[in-house]
Amino acid sequence: MKAMGLNALDDAQLAARVAQDIPDGAYVNLGIGKPTHVSGYVPEGREVIYHSENGILGLGPTPPLGEEDPELIDASKRFVTAAPGAAYFEHSDSFAMMRGGHIDIAVLGAYQVAENGDLANWATLDETFPPAVGGAMDLVVGVPSIFVMMRHVNRDGSPKILKECTYPLTGLGVVNRVYTDLAVLDVTGDGFRLVELTDGNSLEAVQAVTEARILT
Amino acid sequence: MDKSVENLATAVAPITDGATVMIGGFGSSGVPLGLIDALFEQGANGLTVISNNAGAAEVGIARLIKAGRVAKVICSYPRTPGSIWFEKRFEAGEIALEIVPQGTLAERIRAAGAGLGGFLTPTAYGTKLAEGKETRVIDGRGYVLEAPLPADFAIIRAECGDRWGNLRFHATARNFNPVMAMAAKNTIAEVRVLSEAALPPETVVTPGIFVQSVVEYGERP
Repeated sequence: MKAMGLNALDDAQLAARVAQDIPDGAYVNLGIGKPTHVSGYVPEGREVIYHSENGILGLGPTPPLGEEDPELIDASKRFVTAAPGAAYFEHSDSFAMMRGGHIDIAVLGAYQVAENGDLANWATLDETFPPAVGGAMDLVVGVPSIFVMMRHVNRDGSPKILKECTYPLTGLGVVNRVYTDLAVLDVTGDGFRLVELTDGNSLEAVQAVTEARILT
Repeated sequence: MDKSVENLATAVAPITDGATVMIGGFGSSGVPLGLIDALFEQGANGLTVISNNAGAAEVGIARLIKAGRVAKVICSYPRTPGSIWFEKRFEAGEIALEIVPQGTLAERIRAAGAGLGGFLTPTAYGTKLAEGKETRVIDGRGYVLEAPLPADFAIIRAECGDRWGNLRFHATARNFNPVMAMAAKNTIAEVRVLSEAALPPETVVTPGIFVQSVVEYGERP
């Protein structure tokens, strides 16, 4: 649900906005969920190599119905294809690429982001709900540019962009940039700095639904 | 030397109650479904399963969990769409869970196979998953000391194997299978094709030294 009275990008528009910042020649890991849609919007003429932690570099488009290979999937467990120039490898090599600083950009979803760059995206405070970390903690320590892509506020209107995270952390001080339906914010040494507002939104209105201070 | 065995039942016969068993695969890809079904029939109980996921629907690992045969799961991501049996057992407190970041899981398995006493990783430093673990700061960066993760058995899936235990894989079905083969005392490989001829050495991904038995299971999921 979008924040009341604000102009909000839909999921496709948000994916397209993130895609603008994926440069030609980049090695990119797209997290499960919303981030997987970013690859569909990268401007033509840019060759981007997508990594999936289950052992493929060079993800191609979704195969036509009936032509799926059940043993060729991405980290979201969707059927994929291998693009020209692709490679397969085993898991410890895959995570060497991630932890070892070889992947340039990771785009991840989040529950919460704090003004010091802390990220919470793997567990909630509900103890009966099994936590599931996957490769998120490895990505955030190894990939130089961590982009978070998420709704600006929770369904109940509570803020996700905080002074301090209240959920268990995925990584400390790891987020570089946050893309939401309402704004784009950079994480700096001084806190969140405004990059842009979604058309039609005032800084005051966006600040009102953001717990952390937004610098300009 | 001939590591090939007649059938799936013979292949899993050595697995005992209370064993620690690595199970290859990621999602539905590269999972040794034939061996898991044979393990189900075989009856071993109180297993500790090391795998990336905890199965989905009523097949594979989920089938073992549904039947109450798994005491503990060590994995990175138990909560996949359709992982109902793991979630039921977890909510009821009937199954223990150790969550390990995926890269740390792979590297702990590799460390066990490579004879290392552990390693220092920046992954999880400062988080709940590093609580109680030894840490070090090197050149201003924090690291967590992680222990090797060995197993009694690994059951894995490959595309093609030969009687020496050499394996090659198909697409993303490779995933955890090669590294698990290294880390278990007894690695049992299910292969879609058991080749009469030796695999060409240049195409071997897992050398036969890491594999104790090979069994053909022609079905692909």
